[in-house]
Amino acid sequence: MFKRISLEPSRFALHLAVLIIITLWTLPTAGLLISSLRDKNQLAASGWWTALSSADRSQVGRMKGKADQIEKDGKFVIEGNLFEGEDAVAGKVSAFGTKVQTPGANPADSTVALEGGQTLTVNADGTYALTSPTAFENDRGGRIFYVSSQPPRFTTENYETVLFSQGIGRSFVNSLTVTIPATIIPILIAAFAAYALAWMKLPFRGLIIAVIVGLLVVPLQMSLIPLLKLYNAAGTFMGVPSKTYLGIWLAHTGFGLPFAIYLLRSYIAGLPKDLIESAQIDGANDFKIFRRIILPLTFPALASFAIFQFLWVWNDLLVAIVFLGSGEDQLVLTGKLNALLGSRGGNWEILTASAFVTIIVPLTVFFSLQRYFVRGLLAGSVKGG
Amino acid sequence: MADIKLTNLNKSYGALHIIKDVNLDIKSGEFIVFVGPSGCGKSTLLRAISGLDSVTSGTLEIDNAVVNEVPPSKRGIAMVFQSYALYPHMSVFENIGFALENQGLGRAEIKRKVEAVGEMLQLTSYLTRLPKALSGGQRQRVAIGRAIVRGAKVFLFDEPLSNLDAALRVQMRMEIAKLKRDLPNTTMVYVTHDQVEAMTMADRIVVLKAGEVQQVGTPMELYEKPNSVFVAGFIGSPKMNFITGVPAEKLKAKSIGVRPEHFEFSDSKTDVSGTLDYTEVLGSDSFLYVTTPSGMLTVRQPGRTEFKTGQKLNLKPLAQHVHRFGDDGLRLN
Amino acid sequence: MTAQILYAFITVILGVGGCFGYFYGSNWLLDRIFPASASNDASAVRNLKLQAMIRPWLFLGPALLLLTVYLIFPVIQTIWLSFHDKAGENFVGTANYVWAFSDAQFRQSIFNNLIWLLVVPAACTFFGLVIAVLTDRIWWGNLARSLVFLPLAISFVGASVIWKFVYDYRGEGQEQIGILNAIIVYFGGDPQVWISLPFWNNFFLMIILIWIQTGFATVILGAALRGIPEDTLEAATIDGAGPFKIFYRIMVPQIMGTIVVVWTTITVLVLKVFDIVLTMTNGQWNTQVLANLMFDWMFRGGGDFGRGAAIAIVIMVAVLPIMIWNIRQANAEQGGH
Repeated sequence: MFKRISLEPSRFALHLAVLIIITLWTLPTAGLLISSLRDKNQLAASGWWTALSSADRSQVGRMKGKADQIEKDGKFVIEGNLFEGEDAVAGKVSAFGTKVQTPGANPADSTVALEGGQTLTVNADGTYALTSPTAFENDRGGRIFYVSSQPPRFTTENYETVLFSQGIGRSFVNSLTVTIPATIIPILIAAFAAYALAWMKLPFRGLIIAVIVGLLVVPLQMSLIPLLKLYNAAGTFMGVPSKTYLGIWLAHTGFGLPFAIYLLRSYIAGLPKDLIESAQIDGANDFKIFRRIILPLTFPALASFAIFQFLWVWNDLLVAIVFLGSGEDQLVLTGKLNALLGSRGGNWEILTASAFVTIIVPLTVFFSLQRYFVRGLLAGSVKGG
Repeated sequence: MADIKLTNLNKSYGALHIIKDVNLDIKSGEFIVFVGPSGCGKSTLLRAISGLDSVTSGTLEIDNAVVNEVPPSKRGIAMVFQSYALYPHMSVFENIGFALENQGLGRAEIKRKVEAVGEMLQLTSYLTRLPKALSGGQRQRVAIGRAIVRGAKVFLFDEPLSNLDAALRVQMRMEIAKLKRDLPNTTMVYVTHDQVEAMTMADRIVVLKAGEVQQVGTPMELYEKPNSVFVAGFIGSPKMNFITGVPAEKLKAKSIGVRPEHFEFSDSKTDVSGTLDYTEVLGSDSFLYVTTPSGMLTVRQPGRTEFKTGQKLNLKPLAQHVHRFGDDGLRLN
Repeated sequence: MTAQILYAFITVILGVGGCFGYFYGSNWLLDRIFPASASNDASAVRNLKLQAMIRPWLFLGPALLLLTVYLIFPVIQTIWLSFHDKAGENFVGTANYVWAFSDAQFRQSIFNNLIWLLVVPAACTFFGLVIAVLTDRIWWGNLARSLVFLPLAISFVGASVIWKFVYDYRGEGQEQIGILNAIIVYFGGDPQVWISLPFWNNFFLMIILIWIQTGFATVILGAALRGIPEDTLEAATIDGAGPFKIFYRIMVPQIMGTIVVVWTTITVLVLKVFDIVLTMTNGQWNTQVLANLMFDWMFRGGGDFGRGAAIAIVIMVAVLPIMIWNIRQANAEQGGH
C-alpha cells in the first residue's frame, strides 16, 4: 500500500513487527505439533520448547545380588548396567550417589569408597562396578540413586496409540462419512436454487431471497430442540433409530443452505446475461443451461463453498453431538476429542496427537485450496455483508 | 423466407413506456438497421422480436404467424450479441454446435454442419480453441457462425461491432455485408447507435427516438429527405447545420438545415457571414468552424483549405440542398 | 474398520446419488410429461411455457423444503416452546423469561456475552487491520497472512486443546509445561490457573476466538485495502501527509464499509459462541455464555425445553438488528442489479 512511500529507516522494524506477530500466532499450534511427536515421558516432564535439549531425570537402580559376583584379583566384583533395569529410562548418567537424598553426590566416571572397603564406580554409559575385599552375601544388591540426562526423543508412538487404540482412527472414518455427503448435497441443492433465484422467472423471488438472507444469522442452537423432537417422532413413526447419518447430512445441508444459496446466487447473478439469453435462443431449456453453462462457469464459487462447508462440517461439534449417537460407529473426531478432554485431560500425549489428527485434514484442505477459500470469504462478506 | 410485421407494438416496464406504438413491415431478405441515440428503445425492440422480452400490447408476426407468446427458441431466429456471448468454457466447435445439440441432431450431422460453417467463415483451424484464445474478429465470426449453423430465417444483431477497434470494425462491416450477399433469403435486423454503420450496411434504416419510429427509408432517402430535425441531425457526419432567424424566415421556415458540404463561398456579405474560428484539416477534407450571427456553422471543404483563422467568410447555402423545417420540427415541402 | 469404510462408502454413494437422481429424474419427467423438443406447433409452445412455469419450483423445491424444516419451522417452534413448561406441554406464559432474568447464571451469561461482544469483534478488526497493513508492505506478506489465517481452518475443539496446552498449570515448584506459565515463572512470577482466574478467565477464552478470527478480518480487510486506488494515496503523500495520517484519514475511511461488515460478521459469530466455552470450562468459574447455557438447559439432566427455548429467543433477539440490516443491504444490492 505504501509501496511508493519511502519508509526505509523503519523497514527493519516492520519486518520485525510482522515476525513477532506471526510467531505469536503460530506458537500455540507449533507447540501442539511438537508435543505430539515427543516421547510421552519427556512431554510430561518438560515444556515443548525444550524438546531439542536433553532432560535431566533422577532415577534409581538396583545392583545385582551375590549370585552374579565374580572373583577377580582377589577381590569380589559385581558388574552391570543401570539402564538394563526394569523401570530405567535410557540416557546418560551425569551423577550418582547411594542415598536417596543425594543422587547427585558424585560425578559420573568416578569411583567412591563405601563402608567396609568397598568401592563403587559408575560410568556415564550406565555401567557400574562394585568391588569388595570380601564376598557379597546379600541376595539383593544395593540401590544406586543417579541423575541421568535423556537425549531428546521424537516418536510417532503417540499417533499409533490414538489411531489404533484410542478410537481416533474409527472416528476419522466417521467424520469422513458425515462430511463428504454433507458437503456435496448442499452444493447441488443450493446451486439449483441459486440459479432459479438469479435467472428464472418466478413469483415471490424477492421475498424468498430476503428470507434466505435473514436465515443467514439465525443461531443454529435454536433449531436443535425442535429438530430433535422431530427426529425422535419421525424415528418412532418409521421404526428406525432417530440418530442416523442421513439425519445429520440433511441437518448440515439445511444449516448450510442459506450461506450456500446466498454465495452462489450472487455469483451466478453476476454471470453475463447475454450468455444465458444466447443459450435460450439456442434452444436450451433451463436444466440444460444450468448443466452446460452455469455449472461449469460457477466452478470457482462452488469450490469456495465446498471448502467452507467441508471445514464447517468437519470442525462441527454441536450438530454432531445432538444428531449422532456417541457409540463408536457414530462418534466423529471433534466429539471424540471432546470426550478425551474429559477423560484424558492430563494425558497430553493423547490429547496433542488426537488434536493434530483432527486438524490435519482441514489444514491440508486449507493450504491446498487457499485461493478458493479466500475468494469465497470475499464474495460472501464484502459483496453483500 | 420470413417477413416480420410489427403492429401497434408497445412495451412498458411498469410506468416506463419504452416502445410506443411501433408499426413496421420488414420484408423477407431485407437488411434493416435500427438506429437512434442510446435509450431510444432500439435494443428493446430487437429483444421483443427475439422473444427475450415480452411485448405489452400489439402483435408481432414472423412469417405470417403471430409469435407474441412463442419462446425465443421456437421463433426461427438467431442473435448475435454485443458481447458475442460465446460460452467461455466451450471450444469453437462446441459453441457453434450447441444449438444443433439442443435440436437433438446426431453427432455426425452436427460435425458436418459445424465444419461447413467453419469453412465458410475461415474458422476451420480454430475449431478446437476456446474463445479466449481468439482475436476480436474471430470471436465475432464465431458468433455469426452460431447464427448461420442453425439455418435461422431471421438474424438479429445487437450492436455487434461496438466492442471492436476502428480498423477491425471496417473489416467486419464488410464481412457482414458479404454475409448478407451469401444469405439473400435471410432477414437481418441490426441495431446500432453508429449512423455510419447504418448508412453503409442497411437496405432500409429505421430511426428511433424515445420509443417512437421517426422515419423509415433507404440510407439515401434519409440523407436527402430527412423528415424531421431529429433525423436530419442524426444522419450525416459532421452534423447538419441548423440555422434559425432571418435566413430561415426568408424561406418561410422555423429553421433551415444545411449539410457542411452544401455551402459555397461568396465574395459579398451574405446572411450567414462570419469569422473562421478554427480549422480541422483531415487531409481528404477540411472542416471549417465559422461563428456567424446564427451560431457556429460547420463547413466541409475538399482537400486543404486556404483560409486562415480569424478571416471573415461569406457563406451561401446551396439552394437545392436546403432543408426547411417547421415549428414542430417536421419537414416542410 | 473395513466394514465401516465400506458402509461409509455405500452410504455416501447413496446419499449423493439420491440427490443427483432427484434433479435428473424430475427434469426428465417434466420433459416427458410436457414434450416440447422437436416440433414447432402450438402444443409444443404451450408445453414449453408450462415447463418454464414448473421448472423453477423443481430447482427450488429441495432447498425450500430443507430451509423450512431445518430453520423456519424450528424458529417458530422455539418461540412456541419458550412459552411452555419443561416438557413443552403446558402453557406457562412468560414464566421462562421471568425466570431467566432473575436467574444469577443467566445474568452472568448476559454479562459475559456483553464483554465478548465488546472485546472480540473490536480486537479481531483491530489486529486484522494492523496485520493487513503491515503485511501488505513486505515481500513475504502472503506467507505471513496465510499463517495468521491458518487457525480459521481449525475446529473450536482443536483450538481448545491447543490453548489448554498453552494455559496448562502445574503446582508451584514443578516444571511448567504450559508456555504461558513457563514464561511467568521465568520472569519470576507465580504460575496461575488461568482458566479459573476470576473475571480475567473470560479474556483467556476470548483470546482463543480472537486468535481464530483475526485471520478472517485480515483477509477481508487486506482485500479492501488493495482495492483503494493507489493514486489517492499518492495524492495524499504529495499533499504532505505522513504514513499514520494516510492510514487513518485516507485508507480507513475508504474501507469503512468493509470494516463494518467484518465487525458485524464476527459479532454474529460471538453470539453463537459455544464450543470454546464448552470444551475449556463448560461454563464453570463464571465463564458461562448464553449459547452454552441454553445447551445446558436443553440437554443436560433431563432438560428443560421451555427455559432452553427462552434463552434461544434471547440470542435470536440480539441477532435481529443485524439480520434486518443484512436484508436491507441485500435488497439494496438487488435493486441495483
